[in-house]
Amino acid sequence: MSMITLRDISKTYGDFQVLSHCSTWVSKGEVVVVCGPSGSGKSTLIKTINGLEPIDSGDIIVDGTTVSAPTTNLPLLRSRVGMVFQHFELFPHLNIRENLALAQVKVLKRSKDAAMEKGMALLDRVGLAAHAEKFPGQLSGGQQQRVAIARALAMDPIAMLFDEPTSALDPEMINEVLDVMVELARDGMTMMVVTHEMGFARKVANRVIFMDRGEIVEDADKDDFFGKPRSERAQQFLSKILVH
Amino acid sequence: MNYHWNWWIFFEPSLDGTNTYLTTLFWGLGWTAATAVVGFTIALVLGSVVGVARTAPIGWVQTSGMVFVEVFRNIPLLVQMFLWYFVLPEVLPRDAGMWLKQFPNAQFYTAAVCLGFYHAARMAEVVRAGLLSLSRGQKMAGQALGLTLPQTYRYVLLPVAYRIVVPAITSEFLSCTKNTSVGIAIGLVELTGTARAMQENTFQVFEAFAAATVLYLALNMVIVFAMRSVEKAAVIPGLGNRIAGRGR
Amino acid sequence: MLSGFDFQTIVHALPYLFLTGMSFTLTLTLCATIGGMIFGTLLAVMRLSDNRILSVIAGGYVNLLRSLPLVLVIFWFYFLVPFLAQWLTGSSSPVRIDPFWSSVITFTLFEACYFCEIVRSGIQSLPRGQTLAASALGMTDRQALFYVILPQALRNMLPLILTQTIILFQDTSLVYVLSITDFLGAAAKIAQRDGRLLEMYVFAAVVYFIISLIASQAVRRLQKRVAIIR
Repeated sequence: MSMITLRDISKTYGDFQVLSHCSTWVSKGEVVVVCGPSGSGKSTLIKTINGLEPIDSGDIIVDGTTVSAPTTNLPLLRSRVGMVFQHFELFPHLNIRENLALAQVKVLKRSKDAAMEKGMALLDRVGLAAHAEKFPGQLSGGQQQRVAIARALAMDPIAMLFDEPTSALDPEMINEVLDVMVELARDGMTMMVVTHEMGFARKVANRVIFMDRGEIVEDADKDDFFGKPRSERAQQFLSKILVH
Repeated sequence: MNYHWNWWIFFEPSLDGTNTYLTTLFWGLGWTAATAVVGFTIALVLGSVVGVARTAPIGWVQTSGMVFVEVFRNIPLLVQMFLWYFVLPEVLPRDAGMWLKQFPNAQFYTAAVCLGFYHAARMAEVVRAGLLSLSRGQKMAGQALGLTLPQTYRYVLLPVAYRIVVPAITSEFLSCTKNTSVGIAIGLVELTGTARAMQENTFQVFEAFAAATVLYLALNMVIVFAMRSVEKAAVIPGLGNRIAGRGR
Repeated sequence: MLSGFDFQTIVHALPYLFLTGMSFTLTLTLCATIGGMIFGTLLAVMRLSDNRILSVIAGGYVNLLRSLPLVLVIFWFYFLVPFLAQWLTGSSSPVRIDPFWSSVITFTLFEACYFCEIVRSGIQSLPRGQTLAASALGMTDRQALFYVILPQALRNMLPLILTQTIILFQDTSLVYVLSITDFLGAAAKIAQRDGRLLEMYVFAAVVYFIISLIASQAVRRLQKRVAIIR
């Protein structure tokens, strides 16, 4: 059954068409990787799914809820969909434990103790329990991104969205973050991941979407995509990033 | 210079018969401090509301925030003081106007409220600048976790914005303290007013103003030291300019 | 209330308000801006000079005056200037000074401190290479200052200087405490004479508001243009 459905999404900034008639879906337990050149609209696309970017036309349905409907309780919906950002976006004034607890307490109304306990368990899972009392600015980029993943998981999300989670990281830190994501995928989490890490896509993706100039150019099973991409643009893109 | 210095004047009884001039100066200092603290508290609260309004994603809220700032920034403080003190009771319904006119310590409350609104307009610009210096991603991250927009401001954006603008808040507080002296025009007996009264009654011009000068400098120093400890307490470990000035 | 708002009072007062009051306010603003800029630039150069004594004197003066309320400074100079004039001219008693010139001197000496800080930050924000380049061309320090540094610093600082002038324009209303007839003083006198506080103070507020708003919008526009040129 489809957890996330996008039907004919379009969006413009002034004259610029960021998204043009995009349709796709993510089934429960599926991992979908979105790739494409910069400016292709992939970051915008993933942010429409939890309503961070409004759309001009089309429908987005997440677990039976239409995102763009005026009656939709967006905060409630967002609390059920985890998101990880390119620049981590931890809250700099809160220590790591508090970063994990804030939304659990304020949105899910969990007790402070329960939130802290849950946070510690997740920190342990991403291998950062020892850093619980530190502040985000005292951690490396890779560590911060692992905390950001833990922060999203603390909300018990039904799906996770990743917006270029490794592209702001120094090369030696990329794998520690990808390892956490691979593990998450193997545990059966529904994931949509915007990334250029084709190794990650090969390892865990079920499907790969290729975007260019606001359009979904190719949407294929992983093996088909890497084996014989149909569109010329996807072939060019792949040859560029796989050579290097 | 044929000026007759008399530094003992401070220990002579003032015209009120009971206090020495020195005591009256300290009373003036007290009213200055009280007016500054009450006024600036209003400015902080109101200025935060207006500053947030100016960054809110709702058109009419933004516009009303802007109108507030322009109105209170473009009319001289002294004129605003007259409007609050002389004009407001006239335009209110009769009963409310009478009630205002007979309010005990009306000069103090008027001056504090007037300074509060005046500095709120300037604090709003400070808070807004702080909020705009944060990356767009911080707001998105708060909302992506399911926080409502007000919660995002309350728990994510404002705590960091305030920390960034502590130095600007300090200088605004100092400026508010100095501006309490404008209250002299509506009869507030703050520090400059007591020094002025002392000068008029004793003709010891320079002793009176020198004393006021020393007391203002002392008050300034107290505020600077207090705000420095606030600044120290507000430091976020490990945070350089990392959150400020990042693009989307 | 508004039905009782007497526009007639305002209309009758217009010549006095503008010819006597506003012309005083504007002349004072202009003179104090020019005087304040000159003295303020001098203070800034002193503060940044290698001469310890000069920089300490200028720094102390600026910090002292910036710590005091303008109202107190107005009183200070109002009483101090006659004695200074006596001392300077060698006269036998304190010299009586015209209220206008007393105000000009006060605001020049006071606003110079704020202009000083603007000019100082303008000079300091210039890349150090500019001074080095001027020296490399064989200019003396003074030549570098006048032909290279100050022209650039002043142009960069123009919006801030003009904003400070708008603040100065509003600040001049404080000469009210010396019962001088500036624009607000004129309005207050008529307000008290005719018992028309509401009309006169609201009108004064509206006039100050319109002038300051137009001026600050103009500065904002200029700021954008300066930013593009740079």
